[in-house]
Amino acid sequence: MNAGHFLAIFISSIFVSNVILSRFLGLCSFIAISKETRPALAMSSAVFFVIVMSSAITWVVYNYLLIPFDLAYLRTISFILVIASCVQLVEMVVRKFMPALYRMFGIYLPLITVNCAVLGVAVLNTDMFFSKGKPLPGSFIFSIFQGVCVGIGYTLAMLLMSAIRERLEYSRVPEAVREFPIAFVTASLMSLSFMGFNGFRF
Amino acid sequence: MKLLPEFLKGIIKQNPIFVLALGLCPVLAVSTSVKNALGMGAAATFVLVGSNCIVSLIKKAVPDKIRIPCFIIVIATFVTIAELVMKAYSPALNRALGIYVSLIVVNCVVLGRAEAFASHRTLPASLVDALGMGVGFTLGLALISAVRELLGSGQLLGYTILPGFQPALMMALPPGALLVIGGMLGFFNLLKGRRE
Repeated sequence: MNAGHFLAIFISSIFVSNVILSRFLGLCSFIAISKETRPALAMSSAVFFVIVMSSAITWVVYNYLLIPFDLAYLRTISFILVIASCVQLVEMVVRKFMPALYRMFGIYLPLITVNCAVLGVAVLNTDMFFSKGKPLPGSFIFSIFQGVCVGIGYTLAMLLMSAIRERLEYSRVPEAVREFPIAFVTASLMSLSFMGFNGFRF
Repeated sequence: MKLLPEFLKGIIKQNPIFVLALGLCPVLAVSTSVKNALGMGAAATFVLVGSNCIVSLIKKAVPDKIRIPCFIIVIATFVTIAELVMKAYSPALNRALGIYVSLIVVNCVVLGRAEAFASHRTLPASLVDALGMGVGFTLGLALISAVRELLGSGQLLGYTILPGFQPALMMALPPGALLVIGGMLGFFNLLKGRRE
């Protein structure tokens, strides 16, 4: 475990394999909620929060429950349950202690359960930082760090996209490609520019 | 009750990919080749059929408040079965699809059909609906991947179709997927606008 590892995870989860633009995780929310900057920011902060929490909890569940009892094949079921209860918990805590934030999250918080970015990161963490049923050294820290970076990548893509789409409102887009089609084409161009980071090697 | 229209609506009128625009994450990620697309389509269809049938069977027993978590558990069970079968019989496909097999759990098409259709319809109707949606999903996936594979490598199912064609590598990479789906959605909108 050294700084190089962290830097590699940082660059790769934010730019090179950005959750949305290169792994296509959380694409539904990306297209649906990126019309304006404010809701986009609310959605990304909620996702960020849940991704980081669930990366930590799923690591614990995987390492201390599923592996010792030889239940690794229950990964999908247990992770989705963990994420669903995590979202519920976050919702309750935020509603009780941070009403302003709760109003900002709005309906986006419960929707995160079915956001594939969250489950995707959890699955990715166990694929990357476990080998043959054993956690690699420092894998807990790496999992959380990867969660943080993926959250940043999600927020970055979301903010850029919503800024572009706010401008698109004022341009004359042909009837047939309004809304979704043009959003996908825009995302394609963004994805192309993010691919420019591919050359980085560590 | 007529079952044929329930089947056909998933293929064209309510195609999950092009009309409802649901479940796009796996569509874009695995559509690099037709072979992967068909594998993914088969897995998703299996999960759809299984979960729709079970959901329609247990619809009376499940309290309304916790129905979504119950549906998710049912879906996750079928996804796990699909994952294990794929790992055992087609490890190459499993490697190619990677984490996207487990992500069928959070595919909005599956949960959407369970919630919007199977949770208040009979078993045969739900079964047929799931089959139609699954076939529609697979066809949409195959169409996108055919375009991407053809333009990205000049091949179809691994056979060279366009000999002398300089492949546009971009189509095989993530930007190509977004471009193709954007173009196709636009094209279908255009057709719809013409007809109206």
